[in-house]
Amino acid sequence: MQAVRIAGAGSTPFGVSSERTGRDLFGEAARIAIDDSGVPRADIDRLCYGNFVGTVTERQGHQGPLMAAAAGVTAPATRYESACASGGVALKSAAEAVRSGAVDVVLVGGMERMHNVTTERATEGLAMAADDLYESRAGVTFPGAYALMARAYFAEFGGTRADLAAVAVKNHRNALGNETAQFQREISPTDVLEAPTVADPLGLYDACPITDGASACVLVSESYAAAHDLNAPVEITGAGQGTDSLALQQRESLTRTPATTRAATTAYDEAEITPADIDLLEVHDCFTIAEVLALEGLRLYDPGAAIDAAAAGETTADGDLPVNLSGGLKAKGHPVGATGVSQVVELTKLLRGDHVNSDAVPDATVALAHNAGGTVASATVHVLEVCA
Amino acid sequence: MRAQREDGYDDLLDALADEDGYYYACPAGHGSLPPQQVCPTCGDDELTTEPLADTGTVVTFTEIAVPSPSFSGQTPVVVIADFGPVRLTGRFVDDSDRLEVGCSVTPTVASSPEGNRHVGARFASER
Ligand SMILES: [Zn+2]
Repeated sequence: MQAVRIAGAGSTPFGVSSERTGRDLFGEAARIAIDDSGVPRADIDRLCYGNFVGTVTERQGHQGPLMAAAAGVTAPATRYESACASGGVALKSAAEAVRSGAVDVVLVGGMERMHNVTTERATEGLAMAADDLYESRAGVTFPGAYALMARAYFAEFGGTRADLAAVAVKNHRNALGNETAQFQREISPTDVLEAPTVADPLGLYDACPITDGASACVLVSESYAAAHDLNAPVEITGAGQGTDSLALQQRESLTRTPATTRAATTAYDEAEITPADIDLLEVHDCFTIAEVLALEGLRLYDPGAAIDAAAAGETTADGDLPVNLSGGLKAKGHPVGATGVSQVVELTKLLRGDHVNSDAVPDATVALAHNAGGTVASATVHVLEVCA
Repeated sequence: MRAQREDGYDDLLDALADEDGYYYACPAGHGSLPPQQVCPTCGDDELTTEPLADTGTVVTFTEIAVPSPSFSGQTPVVVIADFGPVRLTGRFVDDSDRLEVGCSVTPTVASSPEGNRHVGARFASER
């Protein structure tokens, strides 16, 4: 068993890059991460790469070898696909490869390019994360599925659109000054509540944007980091993954996300921590309600209790448990296949002290990244700790 | 309509059209929907076909303002209704003004503008 260190991390700017190809975007993220790590390209043993709808938006399959070349790497390269959790599962696989001792250096990353197609086509691509027979054919879209979960949550536990608006307002505020974030501007609760409806009860500002972008990290074994005198103070101490029924109708509850709980339980056990040890976290807020479900699934809040966490200031930058200091998917952006890795890029910088929001968490030593696919039929959780 | 039928799924739609819906049950009582070789919950391969209740209770719904290309120009309403051992996701085909959580609905078959069939739902009282 080898401890897994993060030697380098980087992302492209997130936003609208319709004219940049996927290989160009990933090539940039990989270059930033490799430069940040100081690891020679020839030492990279493997590329684990996440991407969701590249076969639709760029009509490009077999992206592993393409992205290896974009990164200037000749190592074995594989594309991972688990919808919006594609980056998270690529990361888990990369961390396992280093932890097991099979390899010493892995380049892990992800990319999504969506603005080169129409919003309708992008929406259709994202809906492929749902059950084709029993959901998509009946008209369920990705926002529609989360709207179904949000209304079920309100019916079971209470809560209002204003509670959800506080999540969006918080995450936009956190993105101020984050130079790679898609939306670096504040919004008001009124902006959220008066935005056009996407799928009631969710409006446009309850939803993360469509984003082009890429992220990458260089993971190395502790022995490699020591032998090469690398500055790699952040360690991945726990990794977990959970699976649930693809279709909402097959689940016991529409307001619980057991895939998140399963992933978290594995990651907490591996890292030998409890939820109370976590200083900050990035969660998968593809919609405002998703942040609420994530905090409850991670056992940081009881079921029904996280709905007003943002409104009460508990999860804001100056709260007891800052959530999505990067801006989250909501404001940082959600380049689908890259998101799981981008969360770890942000957390690595937050823990190292070179993030614009590092001052909000000066003494933080334990961070968590939560990435979810579809309506959380897939989830990954990674625990990051600063080495003593 | 799609040229290609799909075993299990289209059979269930045919049955729903005849108001004769069904689901699969395993010995432990887990419900599931076709096609399914084994129980998705416990893996038991002794699945029996059981009649679907005539009415179910709406547990959630949404009106989708930004639809998928299949429903371009429309605002489809989707419900998930509880039928006891199984839940069904269906497109709501009645006027949704009075739709709320707890309403009683009947499963049916609906079609997209292109003629693609899927599970539908309507008010139980308006059968
Ligand atoms: Zn069973």
